[in-house]
Amino acid sequence: MSAVTAPSSAPTMVRKFEKVCAILDQHGRDPAKLIPILQEVQEEYRYLPEQVLTFVATSLGLPPARVYGVATFYAHFALKPKGKHVIRLCDGTACHVKQSIPILEAIRARLGLTETMDTTPDMLFTVETVSCLGACGLAPVVVVDEDVHGQMTPESAVALVDAIVEAEGSR
Amino acid sequence: MSCPSIELNVVAEEYRQAAAGQHRRIIVCAGTGCVANGSLRVRDAFVAQLPEAGWSAITVPSPASEDEADRRVLVSGSGCQGFCQMGPLVTILPEGILYTKVRPEDVPEIIEATLGRGEVIERLLYAEPFSGTRCRDTATIPFYARQQRTVLKQCGAIDPEDVREYIAQGGYSAAERAYTRLTPEQVCDEVTRSGLRGRGGGGFPTGRKWELARIQESDAKYIICNGDEGDPGAFMDRSIMEGNPHAVIEGLMIAARAVGAQEAYIYVRAEYPLAVRRLRRAVADATAMGLLGDNVFGSRQGLRCHVMEGAGAFVCGEETALIASIEGKRGMPAPKPPFPAQRGLWGKPTVINNVETLATVPLTLNGGATEFHSVGTTGSPGTKTFALTGHVANTGLIEVPFGATLREIVYNIGGGVTDDSGKVTGRPFKAVQIGGPSGGCLTEEHLDLPLDYDSLRSVGAMVGSGGLVVMNDQTCMVSIARFFMQFTQNESCGKCVLCREGTKQMLALLDDIIEGRADDRTLDLLESLATAVAKGSLCGLGKTAPNPVLSTLRYFRAEYEAHVYQRRCPARRCKALLTPEIDPEKCRGCTVCARQCPVGAISGERKQPHVIDVEKCIKCGACREVCKFDAVGGV
Repeated sequence: MSAVTAPSSAPTMVRKFEKVCAILDQHGRDPAKLIPILQEVQEEYRYLPEQVLTFVATSLGLPPARVYGVATFYAHFALKPKGKHVIRLCDGTACHVKQSIPILEAIRARLGLTETMDTTPDMLFTVETVSCLGACGLAPVVVVDEDVHGQMTPESAVALVDAIVEAEGSR
Repeated sequence: MSCPSIELNVVAEEYRQAAAGQHRRIIVCAGTGCVANGSLRVRDAFVAQLPEAGWSAITVPSPASEDEADRRVLVSGSGCQGFCQMGPLVTILPEGILYTKVRPEDVPEIIEATLGRGEVIERLLYAEPFSGTRCRDTATIPFYARQQRTVLKQCGAIDPEDVREYIAQGGYSAAERAYTRLTPEQVCDEVTRSGLRGRGGGGFPTGRKWELARIQESDAKYIICNGDEGDPGAFMDRSIMEGNPHAVIEGLMIAARAVGAQEAYIYVRAEYPLAVRRLRRAVADATAMGLLGDNVFGSRQGLRCHVMEGAGAFVCGEETALIASIEGKRGMPAPKPPFPAQRGLWGKPTVINNVETLATVPLTLNGGATEFHSVGTTGSPGTKTFALTGHVANTGLIEVPFGATLREIVYNIGGGVTDDSGKVTGRPFKAVQIGGPSGGCLTEEHLDLPLDYDSLRSVGAMVGSGGLVVMNDQTCMVSIARFFMQFTQNESCGKCVLCREGTKQMLALLDDIIEGRADDRTLDLLESLATAVAKGSLCGLGKTAPNPVLSTLRYFRAEYEAHVYQRRCPARRCKALLTPEIDPEKCRGCTVCARQCPVGAISGERKQPHVIDVEKCIKCGACREVCKFDAVGGV
């Protein structure tokens, strides 16, 4: 595994709130727009930092518990930072009957992830499963960042990971 | 302020004239499946290389000068054509030649041979798996020829990002008729008479749903398009939203006319980024043309349309949970009544229709009730799209009339049952799982059952949203039931006790069965718990969650019993129940496994087949991993 460089300029709190304010204003600070607001905030920071959630709640005049409730209810919201590359394995019915789990096991083994870990300690990879990507005709499917890879095997999935590791190492 | 009223026939005529200026058209499938296989690179290769060969490549139809017309080629993308596994798909018009698995490297040959000399490139044609016969076009490929595509007809043909082409194909004329020549009551009436039933699962008559909202007195009403297609194994709605977004918008417009709504939401699940993008574009185009806005077709009725992306919660497919989600809350269902038609979004009357239902609505108005009834069965008129996946040769999106049999779908359209690697090797058919985590399974005895809402309900399954997962004899039905239970357990919102705790306990019981801890009370307990969860849960998710368990118990009880009483998995999939063994035919007696075994369970002479002591074995799998001859099984 290659070592990864930590984000060199971790955004300062001031800058954090500036972006959040812009997103809030775009939605007219309307509490009904909470979900699109959180989606855009997450797009910006790749996850939902706790202080930002509290800031959003105060700005919208909502109890922080309500915002936290929404953020934890929906699967797309992440409260922990994700790795640089997100590998999503589809475990929908079609992928499942075509043996998606051995692929997951192979990827996790390749990255040395234990049962309680989803992200590698160097923050390079996060591995997660999704219930269906709607690309069932290509089952089993693995999505690396934005790219969909169909008809995978444990070997070809590990090869995908190897290629990223190599590209990251050569940078 | 009044918007300019759009003249559909003028737009259509302009588009037809512009399109007539093309010598040929190349349609590259740009659905999610083909894009994953690299179709956009194929499209770019055409656009880049056509001019080099002396053709002029255009991506949007525009009027051509006379001397140029016979050199012009329109290269356009399309939505999902359904045959994802054979992608990227390229169609050459006017001949209608369909090339499969096209790579960018094939593009020069297509330009030279097919466009230049009018020759068909045999190796790119689809080969029928049994006979090897090459099929030139969709009329000769059994996968397509045996379907009846009406809702999907334009998906895969028209450019989903060009509103003018949709209009040129007769699009928005049903909406125009609804707004200019019919009263809301008449619209409800026509749709009721057509017999259209909701394609999202329950099969409630669409016209009646609209009528319930229409008769409510309110200052505001809403229409919601439910594109939260969460069933694992279903992608019909995704294909329609990607391939023909304007049909969905037209359906929404007609629904809005019928109930008197001024605002519409399209709620799309977040896993479908392409669908979100295409719908946003379609809404913007329709608004820019004045189709949506303050004064739809000069009727003085306005309609605004918003596209909202979901955030990953299966329960939001449930109407009341979806409404909560649009309101910015956790997607938790509310008790019904009051029904959304009475008190829905922001407490106002609201109609929620599924994507496919809305895309079917224009067809019912265009052709009229009689024509719509001419296809399908009496109780379930029309056609239904299904996502055909799993152990079947041709996976993809299909559309058949209600009343088609499973045999027709699996063997004729699907091309037969396959093994895990997708090859037709004569593996026997075992079951089809229909309707996802809310549905049930159908077995060999149902192969000739005509599929419709009522017949499926009578055998303990449901149409659901239309996922059809074919399974061969190597599939363990207990594991499948557990798979769905795990899914619903994860997705249970936690509001009501029976769903939250019941699914958890059912999952634990299934784990007991799969891991060899079950006893003679387990099956009875599982069954009574399933019945309780079905009866006592608040919303559709919980009410239908036990279906996969009940249905597999009904048709595959013997398989459950083998797990429980004999500690045996007939499909040999459940690891905990497998007996570790070394195949004496394959074992060369290299002793590697014996040396690797941490508990000393393997013994044998050098160069003689080894054996595993089942009593000592802890099934760690170390022996299987080190065996170079693939002789170890059952661990």
